[in-house]
Amino acid sequence: MSDLPQSTPAPRRPSALRRAWDSDLAWSFRHAPLAVISLCLVLLLVLSAVFAPLIAPHDPFNPASLNLMNGFTPPMEPNAFTGDEFWLGTDDQGRDVFSTILFGLRISLFVGFAAVMFAMTLGITLGLLAGYLGGWVDTVIMRIADVQLTFPAILVAMLIFGIAKGITPVEYRDQMAIWVLIFAIGLSDWVQFARVVRGATMVEKSKEYVQAARLIGRSGPAIMMRHILPNVLSPVLVIATISLALAIIAEATLSFLGIGAPPTQPSLGTLIRIGQGYLFSGEWWILLFPSVILLALALGVNLLGDWLRDALNPRLK
Amino acid sequence: MLAYIIRRVLQSVLVLLVVGLVAFSMFRFVGDPIDNMLGQERTQADIERLRDVLGLDDPFPVQYWKFMSQAAEGNFGISYRQGRPVSDILLERAPATLELAAVSGLFAITFGIGFGVLTAIRRGGLLSSTVMTLSLVGVSLPTFLIGILLIYLFSVELGWLPSFGRGDTVMIGGWSTGFLTTSGLKALILPSITLGLYQMTLIMRLVRSEMLEVLRQDYIRFARARGLRERSVNFRHALKNTLVPVITVTGLQLGSIIAFAIITETVFQWPGVGLLFINAIQFVDIPVMAAYLMLISVMFVGINLIVDLLYVAIDPRLRSDSSKRGH
Amino acid sequence: MSESMQPTLSIRKLVVEIPTRHGILRPVDQVSYDIQPGEILGVVGESGAGKSMAGNAVIGLLSPPAHIAGGEVWLNGNRIDNLSRSQMRRKRGREVGMVFQDPLTSLNPLLPIGDQLSETIIEHLNVGKSEARRRAIAALEEVGIPAAAERVDSYPHEFSGGMRQRVVIALALCAEPTLVIADEPTTALDVSVQAQIIALLRRLCRERGTAVMLVTHDMGVIAEAADRVAVMYAGRLAEIGPVREVLTAPRHPYTAGLMASTPLASQGKRRLNQIPGSMPRLGALPEGCAFHPRCPRAAARCAAGDSPHIDSCDGRAACWFPIDASAKESA
Repeated sequence: MSDLPQSTPAPRRPSALRRAWDSDLAWSFRHAPLAVISLCLVLLLVLSAVFAPLIAPHDPFNPASLNLMNGFTPPMEPNAFTGDEFWLGTDDQGRDVFSTILFGLRISLFVGFAAVMFAMTLGITLGLLAGYLGGWVDTVIMRIADVQLTFPAILVAMLIFGIAKGITPVEYRDQMAIWVLIFAIGLSDWVQFARVVRGATMVEKSKEYVQAARLIGRSGPAIMMRHILPNVLSPVLVIATISLALAIIAEATLSFLGIGAPPTQPSLGTLIRIGQGYLFSGEWWILLFPSVILLALALGVNLLGDWLRDALNPRLK
Repeated sequence: MLAYIIRRVLQSVLVLLVVGLVAFSMFRFVGDPIDNMLGQERTQADIERLRDVLGLDDPFPVQYWKFMSQAAEGNFGISYRQGRPVSDILLERAPATLELAAVSGLFAITFGIGFGVLTAIRRGGLLSSTVMTLSLVGVSLPTFLIGILLIYLFSVELGWLPSFGRGDTVMIGGWSTGFLTTSGLKALILPSITLGLYQMTLIMRLVRSEMLEVLRQDYIRFARARGLRERSVNFRHALKNTLVPVITVTGLQLGSIIAFAIITETVFQWPGVGLLFINAIQFVDIPVMAAYLMLISVMFVGINLIVDLLYVAIDPRLRSDSSKRGH
Repeated sequence: MSESMQPTLSIRKLVVEIPTRHGILRPVDQVSYDIQPGEILGVVGESGAGKSMAGNAVIGLLSPPAHIAGGEVWLNGNRIDNLSRSQMRRKRGREVGMVFQDPLTSLNPLLPIGDQLSETIIEHLNVGKSEARRRAIAALEEVGIPAAAERVDSYPHEFSGGMRQRVVIALALCAEPTLVIADEPTTALDVSVQAQIIALLRRLCRERGTAVMLVTHDMGVIAEAADRVAVMYAGRLAEIGPVREVLTAPRHPYTAGLMASTPLASQGKRRLNQIPGSMPRLGALPEGCAFHPRCPRAAARCAAGDSPHIDSCDGRAACWFPIDASAKESA
């Protein structure tokens, strides 16, 4: 036993960065070109949205900078009246399409991220409560989840949006629309988070350290949070990534249907709704460019989520 | 077995009661029904009379009971916006949505199961990788973009198919159908593909992953070890086992087709209940919203119930001891 | 065994490889053995020793990326390791049958057992539906299913574990193969049922002259059922020989260690010893003999060069310094 061949002396403990680079997750990432490309794409889009005010050549929401004469300028061509050139053309009101896309992307991403954060917080909280308390609390929460799951998330979001709109006084409706949107999409998407966390909580609850902590009067939930959250980190991460793609699409869909972001704060969906009106009259650029960006964003996030799910699920390897 | 069915039916009724409560609360508490139903030139007597007719002074449970029993009879009140009974409007619009949903569902199931089986059996092949990549694009493409893309290709550029509406319809006993005219059938093509494509990709990916799971099972290895033909292993043994879980999800997908019809109907200006619902949200027409919610719940719950019973019919294990199934 | 008799199965220097991220693994490495008609060869070893992998290679059901990388497999005088997929499929069930470990998962839950039997019979024996059904009932009777004619239309979940394993055996034998590979056929069963299943397998093979490759980690099963035994260690054949000789007078130190750690009725109440350490992972095999780090007899020769092969040793144990029975008595 003692003379088992030891090939090399124990190596020095590598740095955290080095270990992260060598981890299985990083390995499978580096060997999935599609995942690398989609991460770059998503990062590029997020950064352009964050720095939109710096990048955008025009301020599409400042009426003073708009010239109606610039309306319907095709991409890369000087306007027939003013001679101004716009990289991606202009819309009916002479707004630079490139700039509106940057600001639209900002709103789409903001709504998407905020809705997922909201859904995640709500789902994790309710999941912990249901799993830890059990009994009727568990029954009520999971029954609500079941009923909600019977209906597609987008329909639930529409309904919540409709109700919230009914409650909001007419004069605030446009102002509140973005927040109502976040609330509606987030509320339609908490169930999956809750289910995963509830399952993990129920497993953890029966473990001895929780029992022991309760016996000595420590708060069980606080300790469990510390132990459960790391356990559910990977499924929650996968669900959050896929939810982000769904939330972005849901926001775009609601806005496209005219029950989401208002024309004063257009998201990508609103821009596509506006652009659809010019499909037959030949101003293709108003529709095409926002659509391509929306598709790139949704596809990028989806590919990342897909890869993450495969990489974190060892059974499928 | 019988106990199981009774329990499922009771659960369904419970869901409907909860949804009814939501719908009723919307009707009662979102905005003031009196404000919405009476115009500016109203008298105190009008208000009193309407409060009495609507029973707004009754206790909450009584109002809820009245609302539900009227809904059960198909009476959902008067549309705020159109001033006509909601049930009339819904009946008028329902055939358009149902025909669209039926054709899309058929499309989604046929191609979803077909492609799913294909990509599972020929795992790693060129065709199946192509289909899988395309399906990811399909999942990422919002439905409305697919619709716009199809309109651009087949209506604007090629001019083959209409870009909006149902075409000519024929009335058969109160049901307006587009199946019997050429223009009606042509008008169905683009919306059906638009609506079915997303469901098709979902069904396909589900069938594929379930099938791969089943193909890993011992009884499949055993079937191979007995020298059965690949066709028999894949279809007689694997596919049937795959379908058990697939049926559940597919059933739910069919329900969501009716919900997703909202988007397709908006893109194609298809005169169905979905378009009606969107307009109701835009104008906060609460009775229409409430009625749509109730209607779609009945459909969903019904589909769920049928799916569960189908499940029992396919899986012999559930027929003999349904008690083992945790639900 | 007489030399003139053609063995049912003959494996020659079989190599199975699995390419992985960390290099090529060899779960089966240069393994050779024969099985004669009507003979039961026990293949024994720890999990991961490659005993099941050899069986899967013979029947052509290695799951990719595992594949046969060398050697030959002969079945009834025909080479089968290089057959096309469809040629191999026709051999499976007809010439070589297989019994899996877990009867609970080996049967398709959605098909009545009679249908599963009939489809196998129709596939291989060129008979009609009613004749196939008659033979299915006969096959069930033969494996001891009571009231076979009534139970032929039952679903697998309506049988107990032991009964299901009988059905599995009926399925493996229904097209009258000349070789059956039984991969841990009793491991998942209750102890009380194990002996019945072993006895059944033994009786059927004796009656029909079917050769059996009985893969197990259970020395008790080997002692009870096998005629000869092949001991595998880390993908290689450690020892092979008639079961009585190998069990009572092992030559390979690993077999000896294995016997010393197995409670066998014949050995009385002797204290059990265990082999120190554990079998190396396939990716980290030591140089020389794979067993030498754990071997009490290891010498310098064992730790260097190629691993000893049975053919270059005494034909029974793959060991440079085999235990000599006569020397052992004097020690």
